Amino acid sequence: MPIEKFTTLVSTCVPLPIENVDTDQIIPARFLKATTREGFGENLFRDWRYDKTGMAKKDFVLNNDRYGGQILVTGKNFGSGSSREHAAWAIKDYGFRVVVSSFFADIFKNNSLNNGLLPVQVSEDFLSGLLEMIEADPSLQVQVDLENQKISVLPDGPEEDFDINPYKKNCLLQGYDDIDYLLSIKDKITWWENSKSRV
Amino acid sequence: MESRTIFDKIWDKHVVQTVPNGPDVLYIDRHFIHEVTSPQAFAGLKQRGASVFRPGNTLATADHNVPTIDQHLTIHEELSRVQVEKLKSNCQENGIQLYGLNNPYNGIVHVIGPELGITQPGMTIVCGDSHTSTHGALGNIAFGIGTSEVEMVLASQCLMQSKPKRMRINVEGELRKGVTSKDIILYIISKISTGGGTGYFVEYAGSAIRSLSMEARMTICNMSIEMGARGGLIAPDEVTFEYIKGREFAPSGEMWEKKVEYWRTLPSDPDALFDKELHFDASDIDPMITYGTNPGMGTGVTGRIPTAEEVDAASRKSFMKSLQYMGFSPGEEMSGKKVDYVFVGSCTNGRIEDLRSFASFVKGKKKADDVTVWIVPGSKQVERQAEEEGLRQILENAGFEMRQPGCSACLAMNEDKIPEGMYAVSTSNRNFEGRQGPGARTMLASPLTAAATALNGRITDPRTFL
Repeated sequence: MPIEKFTTLVSTCVPLPIENVDTDQIIPARFLKATTREGFGENLFRDWRYDKTGMAKKDFVLNNDRYGGQILVTGKNFGSGSSREHAAWAIKDYGFRVVVSSFFADIFKNNSLNNGLLPVQVSEDFLSGLLEMIEADPSLQVQVDLENQKISVLPDGPEEDFDINPYKKNCLLQGYDDIDYLLSIKDKITWWENSKSRV
Repeated sequence: MESRTIFDKIWDKHVVQTVPNGPDVLYIDRHFIHEVTSPQAFAGLKQRGASVFRPGNTLATADHNVPTIDQHLTIHEELSRVQVEKLKSNCQENGIQLYGLNNPYNGIVHVIGPELGITQPGMTIVCGDSHTSTHGALGNIAFGIGTSEVEMVLASQCLMQSKPKRMRINVEGELRKGVTSKDIILYIISKISTGGGTGYFVEYAGSAIRSLSMEARMTICNMSIEMGARGGLIAPDEVTFEYIKGREFAPSGEMWEKKVEYWRTLPSDPDALFDKELHFDASDIDPMITYGTNPGMGTGVTGRIPTAEEVDAASRKSFMKSLQYMGFSPGEEMSGKKVDYVFVGSCTNGRIEDLRSFASFVKGKKKADDVTVWIVPGSKQVERQAEEEGLRQILENAGFEMRQPGCSACLAMNEDKIPEGMYAVSTSNRNFEGRQGPGARTMLASPLTAAATALNGRITDPRTFL
């Protein structure tokens, strides 16, 4: 089953300059009761975004008309905590395709890549510079080029290369997913099970 | 042959093949599932027209969403009920064993695996839950996965994984009185931060670790994810073998001998190399308590919250936001702070030893009037054992009530929620904003510190009672 391909994205950004954003903030546990993957964007950052009566909190960035776009730019150690893939689903469902941070939690990173959401890890300096630029000019256009593994502030602002596992990069470029691959090698897996003198 | 760590020995033995420039295809021995992170995986599998590859290697339990009172009745929260029913039908359709609600083996997934003897050394174990690292205490590679990965394991019994780096954390020396394994792990995380283990798989070693009971070791491995580590393990030894022997699904007879012989080959070779190695002295550790909104924000229970100046300038904004949420000020002492709720339970500290230590601490004393205490056993077996050992009676005499098993207020998916603005001392694993209910303020601690706090209604050093 294909995942949504990712090649190059040019977009404005949404700044969230907070460190250690955990998956309970991204999507609180009480919203994990659905049995499908859709609709989690509604509750993205639920308790930061709405008060207990359901009114939008004006000071939260997703409720601020100045900012919009498909790139979320956030503080270090993003996505720590629970393994809930609902966090990646919620961010993607809301409309983001890229999350930029100086550090990502492992499981969140895997979950994102498995859903066509690209985690772009940049240096602390690049991140703090980018956050300042976005806050000064919300119409700032940023380009994320997966093929060349480069993030750049357009037209001629700072740019930086980012790392990605070559296999995962290819999956995203081709829209190919791990399960397709694993299903294609089932005979090999069966052979391995039988040949191993596993204690 | 080249010297290897226990992690390498187990990992390498499970690699089916390696994708060029890519991850390993890692074979998974045991797959645990629960109601929250599995429904979309079964749906995805169906959509592809694929079936469950090895139904016998997956085991299911209902734990995250279940009520902790009146479990014999229908779950009245509709969405929770639908999820639990979906798990049941998915298991039935695919021939997967389910220990559902009211089954004598039901309980929190990371409590039942070890207690049934399903979790064994040398295995690869995964579950769609980040605290799967708990199982690593028995000397295996166990880690949490997302739902797409749950689907991968259902479809092929394998995962595509890049091998993480290896870290060894050595804790040497003797623990002081009143200090538990929960304090060891909270101490380590407070030193290396919630991201300090990211990219690594951790082996815990050293005399202080070796001297711990099996269940105390589980508490340590359980919280590996709270330092960002992929997982954590402890090499198997006599304590491990003694724990497993005779359990429901443990090997027996000749097979037992054969297994133990193999398990003895697993510990890291003496000169094995780690990508990173850390050393801590057990005697430096006090009973711990967290003051902020991630598990790395912890201090000794007699200590104080850092001042703003003591915090790295770049992190100051997040630090202040966290304290504002908690209603605390920089530099304040933790001891003596008023507490409204105490929660004892979860996959971190909901095992029989935890209930025993809490019960023996409060025996013959009285709970403070103005604190609500929820004691939630980790499984039906723990509940039954607590009953048989007379712990329920001891707890009731001291004014405490024991509920029915489940994840409960650890993540507040069911009705066990700490009300907005209230303070809770919790033996669970996460003090994130809203983790125990919208607006709830959580302080993580050991069962002993929780017990001392429940008796005084204020944050209390358990050593004042010892």
